[in-house]
Amino acid sequence: MTLAFDPPVARASLGYWAGVSRRLRRDTVSMVCLVVLLLIIAAAICAPLIAPYDPSVGSVVRRLRPVGTPGHLLGTDDLGRDMLTRLLYGARLSLIMGIVPVCIALVIGGSLGMLAGFVGGRVNTVVMRTADVFFAFPSVLLAIAIAGILGAGVVNSIVALTIVLIPPLVRVSESATAQVSALDFVEAARASGARDTTILRVHVLSNILGPVLVYTTSLFSVAVILASGLSFIGLGAKPPTPEWGLMLNNLRNAIYSQPLVAALPGVLIFVVSLSFNLLADGLRSAMDVR
Amino acid sequence: MSARPILSVEGLSKQFVLRSEGFGVPPRTVQAVSNVSLDLGEGHTLGIVGESGCGKSTTARLLMGLIRPDAGSIRLDGREIDRSARGLTEFRRYVQMVFQDSSASLNPRLTIEASVMFGPMVHGVARPAARAIAHRLLDRVGLEPMRFAGRYPHELSGGQRQRVNIARALALEPRIVIFDEAVSALDKSIEAQVLNLLLDLKADLKLSYIFISHDLNVVRYISDDVLVMYLGEVVEYGPAASIYARPTHPYTRALLASMPSLDPDRRTTAPPITGDPPSPIEPPPGCRFHTRCALADEVCRSAKPASSSCGAQHFVSCHMLDPRSGHRQAGQP
Amino acid sequence: MSERVAPLLDVRDLNVAFSGERGTVHAVNGVSFQLEAGRVLGLLGESGSGKSVTMRALLRILPENRARISGSIHCNGRDVLALNRRDLNSFRGGDVAMIFQDPGVALDPVFTIGNQIADTVIRHKGVSRQVARARALEMLDLVRIPSARRRLDNYPHELSGDMRQRAMIALALSCSPRLLLADEPTTALDATVQIQVILLLRELQKDLGMAAIFVTHDVGVAAEISDDIAVMYAGRIVELGPARDVIKRPRHPYTRGLLASTIHAESHGARIAGIPGSPPDLARLQEGCAFAPRCTLAGPECRLKGPELAQDSPGHHFACFRSMP
Repeated sequence: MTLAFDPPVARASLGYWAGVSRRLRRDTVSMVCLVVLLLIIAAAICAPLIAPYDPSVGSVVRRLRPVGTPGHLLGTDDLGRDMLTRLLYGARLSLIMGIVPVCIALVIGGSLGMLAGFVGGRVNTVVMRTADVFFAFPSVLLAIAIAGILGAGVVNSIVALTIVLIPPLVRVSESATAQVSALDFVEAARASGARDTTILRVHVLSNILGPVLVYTTSLFSVAVILASGLSFIGLGAKPPTPEWGLMLNNLRNAIYSQPLVAALPGVLIFVVSLSFNLLADGLRSAMDVR
Repeated sequence: MSARPILSVEGLSKQFVLRSEGFGVPPRTVQAVSNVSLDLGEGHTLGIVGESGCGKSTTARLLMGLIRPDAGSIRLDGREIDRSARGLTEFRRYVQMVFQDSSASLNPRLTIEASVMFGPMVHGVARPAARAIAHRLLDRVGLEPMRFAGRYPHELSGGQRQRVNIARALALEPRIVIFDEAVSALDKSIEAQVLNLLLDLKADLKLSYIFISHDLNVVRYISDDVLVMYLGEVVEYGPAASIYARPTHPYTRALLASMPSLDPDRRTTAPPITGDPPSPIEPPPGCRFHTRCALADEVCRSAKPASSSCGAQHFVSCHMLDPRSGHRQAGQP
Repeated sequence: MSERVAPLLDVRDLNVAFSGERGTVHAVNGVSFQLEAGRVLGLLGESGSGKSVTMRALLRILPENRARISGSIHCNGRDVLALNRRDLNSFRGGDVAMIFQDPGVALDPVFTIGNQIADTVIRHKGVSRQVARARALEMLDLVRIPSARRRLDNYPHELSGDMRQRAMIALALSCSPRLLLADEPTTALDATVQIQVILLLRELQKDLGMAAIFVTHDVGVAAEISDDIAVMYAGRIVELGPARDVIKRPRHPYTRGLLASTIHAESHGARIAGIPGSPPDLARLQEGCAFAPRCTLAGPECRLKGPELAQDSPGHHFACFRSMP
């Protein structure tokens, strides 16, 4: 508290983000999740290099081999295609369909929320009531309805998911912005003659970034499940494209003969979703400091 | 008030409309400030005192041009302020403010150096020059730049943060600084240090102050003139010496009598007035103080008192001061 | 002549330390005092002086996993630090009650004022609900809440700030505690309301014959209400004595500085002879007198060893090696 005993030398204090990253690095759970996610993402990117087979070529004689089969470490699916290969390739689409909509929604929803929270008044009413209308529907149903209207396909499900994810981001960024805007330092900045854009950039953005990022991280976890869900019911990726949700659907019938193989895509969806969720929690507690 | 006024305010009023509580229910209004007039003499300090809800802070924000008044004029050096965006930016160079909450008024993500630099940079000063200004001012308010410039607000004590806020306010070389309860949250020993600093800065930089506080002793200490507010209205206004020597409005007297005495042998024996100040939403008609005034008469419940003079530059809004008001004790307060 | 009666409250060598991320914070360091029944002790100090922590230690409402309390506290014949959970609950609110700066801490927003007081009375006295309601009404009358009968059925948010403060006092006094702990109960109030609450507390304390400890940072408030004043700095009592002596003939340099910093009627315009520097970091307390770094009288011996409380005149103690009368 007091600085009376500090040596009188120039001292650069640790910035906020440096502190967050230091606390995050000390948190084992978050670091494990981060490593898992980075490994999966790296594997997805390098799929053509590391996958042992072609994802779309199968062999009728080697259908539904169990996990641990020599040559097919994770077994084969109902069409005799190598599971490891398909899971690696499937990661690409699954992650893209989960992550891209969140990123687009972050930009659109985040900006709309900032605008609504900062300007207030009628703009706020219009933006927030519109978001509320979307909120009235359960997100799963809304995603299915929009994807259904747009038609099946990867791009369409990305669009559908983006639309679903914008309202919650609007709400989070609006409430964070409104909170920050009410603080005296925003008033002080205005009193120094700063324009609104400057205040938003320097004072508001730096303070809402934390809560919005935490929320975004947890949305990844939701979006990955929703994306797989859309593919599972046939509104996302189309066969024979490898995608975890779609694979889960295809292997439904094998659940009794090869339960382990059939569960693999589901396990991966679960691991990715859980990792994002735990990472969001870790991020939240790393940021929670005054 | 003998000095040339640097800031003159006349008939300043502001009401806020609250959100309607349902269809068909007319929205209620808060008369935050009504008909406030004051003059700030060059090099003087004007103290504004009153309790919560009296409109002190709204007055400060009106004077800063942060909110637009419903009526009234604010003149800086005799010139009405220009309410265009450009004009306001220009005006704000001359009038700066220090807030009560030392931590909420600093951006937690900026180093204190960056907080002080922000104002000059907004006004087009280049980064190195702004940094030089910031370091000079931090040094001036007693925070060695070498040690403090790179720190974040949460690493400072309340008193140190308030020094940063003072440096930030001074960075635009203002002529008027408004302090809105700026020392109220500080410990007494720190408050004393900051008040000493304010007196030094005022003399060195030829500043004029508006000092808003609920602490009558502090206001008396620092002010040349005092304005007493109650529920958005000015009840008494005049030179500090005159107001403290001859408090005339019943509210001012009650406020002064409510200060705890520092002498255990002369304790307060009876509360000067009872009850809470009423809500500024739909304030009482007539004299707004009549609900708590022991001397209230019929006329106080219906008619607003006019401002009467009761000494050199000393004005009081009370029916008892006006012999023709019809108050039974009129003319013999 | 008179036989020695055990004081109502006897605190000996109280130490409270908090373990946290930044290391151990020594909030209270060897506080000892006695309080006799029916007396009011003003505990005067600035933020971080340990006054609020001392109060919370007396009621044992500090977070148990982080706070280490040592020393002894005897109140009304009970060894507070040895009480088990059940006895502790009857002790809190029964023998000793506490009021706070923010009535929101003490009043539950989901129950009416009347029910909260009645429930407390039932819990401590085991009376019927009807008797308890009557007691609640009596209490609201006692703290002069207008139209008390109607207010019984109000929720806390329906009362004005001044009335919430009174309701909290009514709740605290409902089980006739022997000792009232008041933690800055008037600090957030407007001046005209503060004096009313002080006068009310003073009167209730006399009428009910309670002892009270009144924590405040405001010398004026302490002067208005206290029989004795203890001045705290960095977790220690540096001066303790009758209110009149402490305020009119302060002996410790910190008390003198605090009084000089307190602006009163006579100080217009002149520079204030306050205290330089800022209070010490309680996580990094040095050997010796904690006030030495800010003290104009400090000499080499002050930095080696902390002074003990020594008697000046009967009942007036101060802890300083170098202070001259």
